[in-house]
Amino acid sequence: MRLEARGQTARGWLIAAPFAAVAVTLAICSLFVAWAGAPLMPTYAAIFDGAFGSRFAWSETLTRATPLMLTGLAVAVAFRARLYNIGAEGQLYVGALAAVALGGIAEVASLPPILVFAGMLAAAMAAGALLLLVPALLRTRLGVDEVVTTLLLNFVALLFVSMMLDGPMKDPAAMGWPQSVSLPDTLQLPKLIERTRVHAGLLIALALAVLLWGLLKYSTFGFAARAVGANPRAAAFAGVRVERTMVIVALLSGALAGLAGAIEVMGRTGYVTLDMSPGYGYSGIVIAMLAGLSPLGVVLASLFVAGILVGADSMSRAVAVPTYIADVIVAVALLSMLVATVFARYRLRWS
Amino acid sequence: MRLSGITKRFGSLLANDGISLDLAGAEVLALLGENGAGKSTLVSILFGHYVPDAGTIEAFGAPLPPGDPAAALAAGIGMVHQHFTLADNMSVLDNVMLGTEPWWRLHSQRRAARRRLMETAGRFGLAVNPDARVGALSVGERQRVEILKALFRDAKILILDEPTAVLTPQEAGGLFATLKELVRQGLSIIFISHKLPEVLRVSDRIAVLRDGKLIDVRDARHAGEAELAHLMVGREVAPPQVRPHAVGALVCELNDVAVGGADGLAGVSLALHAGEITAIAGVAGNGQQALADVLFGVVAPDRGTVRVDGRALPATPRAWIGAGVARIPEDRNAVGTIGDLPVWENAIAERHAGAFARHGFVRRRAARAYARRLVQRFDVRAGRGVDTPARALSGGNLQKLILGRALTGDGDEKIAHVPKLIVARQPTWGLDVGAVAFVHQQLLDACAHGAAVLLISEDLDEILFLADRIAVIHRGRLTEARPANAWTASAIGLAMAGSSATEHADAA
Amino acid sequence: MRDRVSAFGGAKTEGRDDCKRPAPVIDAIASILVNADFWSAVLRIATPLVFGTLGVLLCERAGVLNLGIEGIMVAGALAGWLVVYLGAGLWIGVLAAAATGAVFGLLHGFLTVPLALSQHVAGLGITLFATSVSYFAYRVSFPSVTSPPTITPFVEMRWLSLPVLAAQTPLTLAALLLVPLVGWFLYRTPAGLAVRMVGENPAAAEGQGLDVHRVRMAAIVAGSALMGVAGAFLTLSAFNAFFFNMVNGRGWICVALVVFAGWRPGKALAGALLFAFFDAMQLRMQQAGDSGLPYQVWLMVPYLLSILALIAVARRAAYPQALMKPYVKGER
Repeated sequence: MRLEARGQTARGWLIAAPFAAVAVTLAICSLFVAWAGAPLMPTYAAIFDGAFGSRFAWSETLTRATPLMLTGLAVAVAFRARLYNIGAEGQLYVGALAAVALGGIAEVASLPPILVFAGMLAAAMAAGALLLLVPALLRTRLGVDEVVTTLLLNFVALLFVSMMLDGPMKDPAAMGWPQSVSLPDTLQLPKLIERTRVHAGLLIALALAVLLWGLLKYSTFGFAARAVGANPRAAAFAGVRVERTMVIVALLSGALAGLAGAIEVMGRTGYVTLDMSPGYGYSGIVIAMLAGLSPLGVVLASLFVAGILVGADSMSRAVAVPTYIADVIVAVALLSMLVATVFARYRLRWS
Repeated sequence: MRLSGITKRFGSLLANDGISLDLAGAEVLALLGENGAGKSTLVSILFGHYVPDAGTIEAFGAPLPPGDPAAALAAGIGMVHQHFTLADNMSVLDNVMLGTEPWWRLHSQRRAARRRLMETAGRFGLAVNPDARVGALSVGERQRVEILKALFRDAKILILDEPTAVLTPQEAGGLFATLKELVRQGLSIIFISHKLPEVLRVSDRIAVLRDGKLIDVRDARHAGEAELAHLMVGREVAPPQVRPHAVGALVCELNDVAVGGADGLAGVSLALHAGEITAIAGVAGNGQQALADVLFGVVAPDRGTVRVDGRALPATPRAWIGAGVARIPEDRNAVGTIGDLPVWENAIAERHAGAFARHGFVRRRAARAYARRLVQRFDVRAGRGVDTPARALSGGNLQKLILGRALTGDGDEKIAHVPKLIVARQPTWGLDVGAVAFVHQQLLDACAHGAAVLLISEDLDEILFLADRIAVIHRGRLTEARPANAWTASAIGLAMAGSSATEHADAA
Repeated sequence: MRDRVSAFGGAKTEGRDDCKRPAPVIDAIASILVNADFWSAVLRIATPLVFGTLGVLLCERAGVLNLGIEGIMVAGALAGWLVVYLGAGLWIGVLAAAATGAVFGLLHGFLTVPLALSQHVAGLGITLFATSVSYFAYRVSFPSVTSPPTITPFVEMRWLSLPVLAAQTPLTLAALLLVPLVGWFLYRTPAGLAVRMVGENPAAAEGQGLDVHRVRMAAIVAGSALMGVAGAFLTLSAFNAFFFNMVNGRGWICVALVVFAGWRPGKALAGALLFAFFDAMQLRMQQAGDSGLPYQVWLMVPYLLSILALIAVARRAAYPQALMKPYVKGER
């Protein structure tokens, strides 16, 4: 079996690839549904229904999609510059913690709400950015592969948050459960749609997606980031300051992931717990790949993944298929998407 | 060996078109043709790296299965590649032994292999140290290892792809002597080159290839240079016009510049003047890259000063671009352009944050207009115009893009502006005759308009044609830069090998 | 246990000279070091790391980064345990884990070798896939259990009658024996030479008649089988049941250890033992309590150490030259 390069990139295929990937995913995952002994179409229908079948379903999906959009953007921006940020999970948690920590300081809470909001979001972004800065600098200065360092730091970050929640930031009223003090209502993001959990964080995420798209396409920084991701040596030769660009990309990516954490706390939960994020940081990687690393594509991809997660939750209450089917679907979608991207540039030949 | 009707296509490019050739025993057959004629493709097919679209190969009477290097090796075909296929981190013995034992064997017979290697080396007069790490060997030594790899496996047919590209004239002479010995012991040799004189010197028969077709096969004794050149090129290519010009002010000065490392500089001094082409000749790996990198602004010298227009510049590409230095790097794919980005973004890559930026945003319209004018003036063929990804351009067109970008100055208005200093490293590597002539003409024109040109090239013919002054680099040191007509070919060859003319005279 | 308690007991323990007490922490460490149990624990903790690191080493020597290790270890853990739970012998379980690892390795190889996809992303995809499939499979098999079902794990090798080794299980012995075996394979067999060459200069390997893709695939499959066995050690020896999050980053630590080991099997063993030493130490320091630091800080130690190990060798790392560079045949 050989790969044969096509003359021109098949552009039509690039657009069709995500859809082909989703189709293949559903086909493969039907095997898993069968393994669980459940009927195929009712299961898929239940997932779809739970994700998009009603106003409530949509609201849940949108709520779930909000942090996913932000982690997806974080990963997409980083991967675009070939900085493999696998630490979005940890950055999310420290971002959440920083936001709550700042909001919990009495002097801060007495300032006008808009300042407090901005401050909390800024604190979250700073926390996430700093967490990614260390692996990024290790990479640019010492050539240490950032994949492993960001991964390992996830564990460290979570332990740190756990330590804080057990100690200084523990909520005394939470009956021994490690969680932070709840944010007062004034410091939480307003709801967009009444009687649902959809909150203003969604708007922030959408706005950032558009902003990042513009940044990458039109700005000089975006040019530098894309150049460094495509060919760092040629970019350096052309005068791009590679290290500086990587550092800024790292700060941006970490900030986005930290922001995801803050928005989750301020919009959905109200307080920080250790199970706040069921792997949003890792799902961000899948979302970024499904989106072809495009910020606008991230919006669609996060709706898809959120839908799967929400739908599977709801489905598992009706059908006897474990909720882990959602993780299987998401993982298979990633692998299918990877295979699909190959066909844009190559043809497969059997030798 | 007999080839019948070998045809190979790469996308829309027809690399080999129905080539049929015979190779007799104990002869040297040269494959002569310019860059892009299809010589390398043909021998890659012979050796099994590619599968031909049509055609068959017969070796020693038996058909050769296509696309199978193992079968080619078993049939007695060995190949010395243009870019050596050796693992730097492993020893000579490791490289030679690879693939010679059945993979399921539990214990490698290294001692026996070592004995056999030394025997083979002695038989053909090639000195080698089996335990040396390949990465530490010189280029000539590495080539010897490549040849030994084939001889170790009892090759009866040896293919050499542009073997003299990396050798001094004297080392090339040594290679030819080795080849004669191989033929004397019964091997047949296929020798690929685009250099006429050496082909005439070493081969028995010459097969001329052009645009993928076999044009003719001539007997070397009865062939003349002029007729072979005509067969090779097949059309009139106007030789570049050399315009007389005056030598101007000092533009760039290097003083005792040293750069560490294996391929470094050991104290180099050089002065470049406006309106003059200075060329650095030498065998690859003697410090050319370090010299180029210093003048590209990529590497900071450990010692010494570098001044452009009297000012010392920091070792950043930005500074050098800003100082009006046009830079043409050696590797258009890995360093010169960014394959994933479209032509227009590559065209403004060096100035994306400078002349083509405003308030942090790229001036798209101005950039695209500039790119369109560049593409037109420099005849860059790109399928979808300035939006074509650079990856899709051919080597020649990429080089034209790089050249155009380098030779047009700051901003979109001054497209006729000529840079102060042009640093060109291997600017015509891998290009066909037409593209080579184009590049040479551009350099000559720029020089006539007052640019100082530094040409660092391993192509001696190019240097002899273009240069006003020539300096030779060897192990990081430069000879003095003498006027071109003060050098003889043998003097340059000696300098490339490190001995000076006086040493040679003493020894004589 | 009594030794450790008494070290922290300090002045309250009878018959001790109060005046010249060394700092409690140093005392604690010293008493830990003289305890044979500690060294048994070191070997126990090192075993999965040895298997995993050797597995990554094989893949990377052939030029392929295999980030699927974390997921493959989970899958191996589940597969081995499940097979034994269903009635097979323990060694059959190990074989099942190896086979599972090999299958996921095949998938990873397919993505990275012929399809030449980004090795980083493909590996992460495999980890996500293997992990989610394993958790799914476990839940499908045991829909409603509150405490994880157990099996009878490997027993200690009392018949060995050597101090620390007797407390180990056969898999640990296998791991220790595997190190010189892998070294022999890499440096003294033609197949090992092929693997190394393919990771340094695939064009050179092809020029000598080897099929680069085939060699790489074989190395990845073999390496992944070892990763599966690493996972099986957790469920068949260290513990006797399958827990969620049981691998807990050990796979990533193996990836770091390979760099630290300079891609050499002997140093991989040394690295694994060194790491296990610190890990066992922090566990015991944690258990001894009273050290003033929250337990989370102790748990962070393994991960921080791995990062430090990477930094320590950063500049001098002698990467296989073709690592992470896909080789596309016929595109020169």
